[in-house]
Amino acid sequence: MYLVTLTDFLQQVVSGIASGGVYASLALALVLIYRAMDVANFAQGEMAMFSTFISYTLITSFNLPFYVVFPVTIAIAFAGGVVIERIMIRPFEGKSVITLVVVTLALFYLTNGMAGLIFGYILKSFPSPFSSAPISFGGIFVTVQDVGVLGVCLVILGLVYVFFRFTKVGLAMRAAALYPESSRLVGVRVSWMLALGWGLASAVGATAGMMIAPITFLDPYFMQPILLFAFAAAVLGGIESPLGAVIGGLTVGVLLALVGSYLPAGQNLRLPFALVIIVAVLLFRPAGFLGQATVRRV
Amino acid sequence: MSSRFLGISAYVWIAIVVGVVVLIGIPLSTDKFTTFEFANVAVYVIALMGLNLLTGYSGQISLGNGAFMAIGGYTTALTAYHLKHSFGIDSPAILYASIPLAALLAGLFGFLFGFPALRLSGIYLALATFALALSIPPIIDIDKLEFILQGHSGVNLHPLHPPDFLALSDEQWLYFVNWAIAGLMFVLAWNLVRSTTGRAFMAVRDSETAAVASGVSLSYYKTLAFGISAAYSGIAGSLLAISVAYVNPDVFGLQLSLALLVAAVIGGLGFEFGPLIGGLFFVWLPYWSEQVSKLHVGTFQLPSKPDVFYGVRYRCLPRAKGGGARRKDRDCAHGRRSRGGVDWRGAERDQQLSSGPGSVQVV
Repeated sequence: MYLVTLTDFLQQVVSGIASGGVYASLALALVLIYRAMDVANFAQGEMAMFSTFISYTLITSFNLPFYVVFPVTIAIAFAGGVVIERIMIRPFEGKSVITLVVVTLALFYLTNGMAGLIFGYILKSFPSPFSSAPISFGGIFVTVQDVGVLGVCLVILGLVYVFFRFTKVGLAMRAAALYPESSRLVGVRVSWMLALGWGLASAVGATAGMMIAPITFLDPYFMQPILLFAFAAAVLGGIESPLGAVIGGLTVGVLLALVGSYLPAGQNLRLPFALVIIVAVLLFRPAGFLGQATVRRV
Repeated sequence: MSSRFLGISAYVWIAIVVGVVVLIGIPLSTDKFTTFEFANVAVYVIALMGLNLLTGYSGQISLGNGAFMAIGGYTTALTAYHLKHSFGIDSPAILYASIPLAALLAGLFGFLFGFPALRLSGIYLALATFALALSIPPIIDIDKLEFILQGHSGVNLHPLHPPDFLALSDEQWLYFVNWAIAGLMFVLAWNLVRSTTGRAFMAVRDSETAAVASGVSLSYYKTLAFGISAAYSGIAGSLLAISVAYVNPDVFGLQLSLALLVAAVIGGLGFEFGPLIGGLFFVWLPYWSEQVSKLHVGTFQLPSKPDVFYGVRYRCLPRAKGGGARRKDRDCAHGRRSRGGVDWRGAERDQQLSSGPGSVQVV
């Protein structure tokens, strides 16, 4: 059996928080789209995967440094997200849940297949922007990588917050999501706000992809488990709450790290554990940590 | 025309007779490969009938029916494997006998999964079933359970042979077994949706509030729909294991579950013959895509990668036809009017179009 030492435990918690930052970013991307159009974007992970492949190509084929590639990829991801919304999602705005789910599944297949076609199926190791040198905090070793990943994710999340809270476009987007009819009356172009939301979600997802790729390796399937963890995070935090997504992401990151290292066959149980989180939260507190229970008129 | 026999109109009878003649004609007139592929169509038709009952009739989205298929497939594979290795019993009869067992176990699992699913609807149910689809393969893969579940290497089965007195090839026999079961399941589903239960399913789908007000028990019918759907999927999984004579966790991965939902939508949700259309697509679309992929464009050969075509196809269908070959949903009333029938030529055109940019990428 395992001998659980406190240091070892804290070690797992810390590394869980780092990957939790990634889950939080992708969960935030999901929340952004959910708030805008009430649909879970099943293609979010694949879009992030595709963006990560773009950054990989920029790094390896054009020998660009990471600090150039990072913003360029985010810009491409943003533009890609807007284009996808205009072409693929717009015809279905306001359709039933099943239609929207199937459309995002189509996007899922399309992105996955295109990535396989263009970039191939061989596992690639993604060069990490951070060194894996450990730093010691009172006996607990934290790698520069962990700190860097968490730092980048928190900065991105902070920027998204600032954007929504303090800019006019951000305000318009929030209004369009909450009260589309009234917003249209005061001159907000609601449909374009949805496109911006997709662009933003795509960009945030791209960050998550580029941050997790050095840890997991890169192939067209690498984001699928991450997407499930992000769903678990979003549900745990309350699927309508951006702050909840962040808290949920960090919590899920820590829980998964603990499950992975302390339960027997823990690595195999990470995905089923995400299922348990989703079902348990939806059963006992459907609104999540920070969501509000909705009242429905019949 | 108002003449009806057994409550079914003459047109439907004609369609059924033509259908049966075509079904019997296929294995007698095609090569082994084609016969085998059409035998697989029956497997997916059964799986899609299950999904259609759940999503099409009772209105509960499932992205996880592949997980129920996994339970059915593994019931058959593990029964045969353990009877052979622990008790030395090795008979093809085990395979046939395990099919109802697969239905039972998968149905039970689906019924139990239906309980938490009771609290969920719409997008939340989609999420939970998505998680289910992703969760089953790693559980089968657990090293410490390898002595029971055989882990990642999977289980080999004996291929099915026809009885000696029938002069049929293995593929033809498999075809007839699969389609006989598919036919039986079709009749059951046909009758089910016309029974009290079926009407209750549709009442729940159309308006939960109205259904409850009319005395329909939500919890009973929703869990029942899950159970029946899972039992259908279990049979399909069992037949899939028997057909390919092999199972491993990857067979029942996320892709299977997602493709099932998409095929169900392509066939038409809430339409009795939708699973047939969906099943044909499920099996033959990858094959056609691959043929298209093998085309030489100039001196360049397109890489053999059908997934892109799936995507293009799936993308175009719901839009072109407002959600399937024929959708008897309230959605049809508003929104885009649906064009009847399946847009076969549209499919060809999409594939031609998408082969263009693909070739550029190869350069």
